[in-house]
Amino acid sequence: MNTVVAELWPYLVLLLVGFLPNEMWRALGLVLARGLNEDSEVVVWSRAVATAILAGVIAKLILFSSGSLAAIPLPVRVGAAVCGFLAFLTVKRSVFVGVAVGEAALLLGGFLFAH
Amino acid sequence: MSTSAPDAYASSSAAFFGGMASSLTSVFFPVMIGTFVGIGALAHGFGFSFWWLATSTVVVWAGPAQVILMSALGSGGGMIDAAVAVSLSGVRLFPMVVALLPLFRGRGTRARDLLLPSHFTSVTTWVESQRLLPQLPHELRIAFFNGLSCGYMATGLVAGSIGFYLAASLPPLLAGGLLFVTPLAFLCTAARGARQMLDRLALVLGLGFEPVLTYYHVGLDLVWTGLGAGTLAYAVHRLRQVAA
Repeated sequence: MNTVVAELWPYLVLLLVGFLPNEMWRALGLVLARGLNEDSEVVVWSRAVATAILAGVIAKLILFSSGSLAAIPLPVRVGAAVCGFLAFLTVKRSVFVGVAVGEAALLLGGFLFAH
Repeated sequence: MSTSAPDAYASSSAAFFGGMASSLTSVFFPVMIGTFVGIGALAHGFGFSFWWLATSTVVVWAGPAQVILMSALGSGGGMIDAAVAVSLSGVRLFPMVVALLPLFRGRGTRARDLLLPSHFTSVTTWVESQRLLPQLPHELRIAFFNGLSCGYMATGLVAGSIGFYLAASLPPLLAGGLLFVTPLAFLCTAARGARQMLDRLALVLGLGFEPVLTYYHVGLDLVWTGLGAGTLAYAVHRLRQVAA
């Protein structure tokens, strides 16, 4: 019995912590679909909060990395992210170019300055 | 832009497969692959199982929420912290569903026909459907949208598996590079979507808030980053509106 619980526990966490808190907004949209428009102040504020939280996750993944990425020194990770972002801004705001240049910088830096 | 305007389809199933085909030829297809290869690698890095990753793609169906969930749970944060952070990132789905549903409503649309489309609503499917659905007759739109979404979801599942197994088998440096795809792709995508000063400010403030909070070990760091940086950006936006 305990092994069944141990195996299903991560899926229960997924439903409670991942599925429900996310899905409730879709359900709410379905119920309240009339009467709100994209320019209403609540919608504008919620977009700012969602953008900020995404930015927080980006910073967290780059600065406080886990796994194999943590073995690449912090200055290399930050420098590579800056390179990628500058490339994105300069070359037609292309996400692909940003990712490709950032990755190239990271791998080069990681190769040269690995722990 | 290789997506052709969808012609009127003969039946609902033709519209479904037409939607699926359009997802595979869209400009978002390579972005989707890159994002989910990164998510698959992250899942492996944080120690989640392959089937957990696949299930999360199907039931959560929002890249940022999946990454937030994994990083909040994987870095030892509590369940409440993770749930609140996921929920705050999911708020943006609400106005999207609100904006999308009027496109589906026609004569004879049943409420239960809208359940699946509302679950499929995500940034990518939303942007694509705003562009493609108005060209279709009302009665084919739900089938087309479901096909489009299934195409993207299948892409996410396959790319996620590839990322998961690559992260497990690549040498450490390359595996580290794979974990770097998600933050890079999100950074560029968010900056590209940030057309107004408000969005740019929220992005910059969020990038600044999070390291400070994490450095000082403030609990619920993602939640406070979202509420603090987001509300501050909104306040500045309002003040400028009033001043103008």
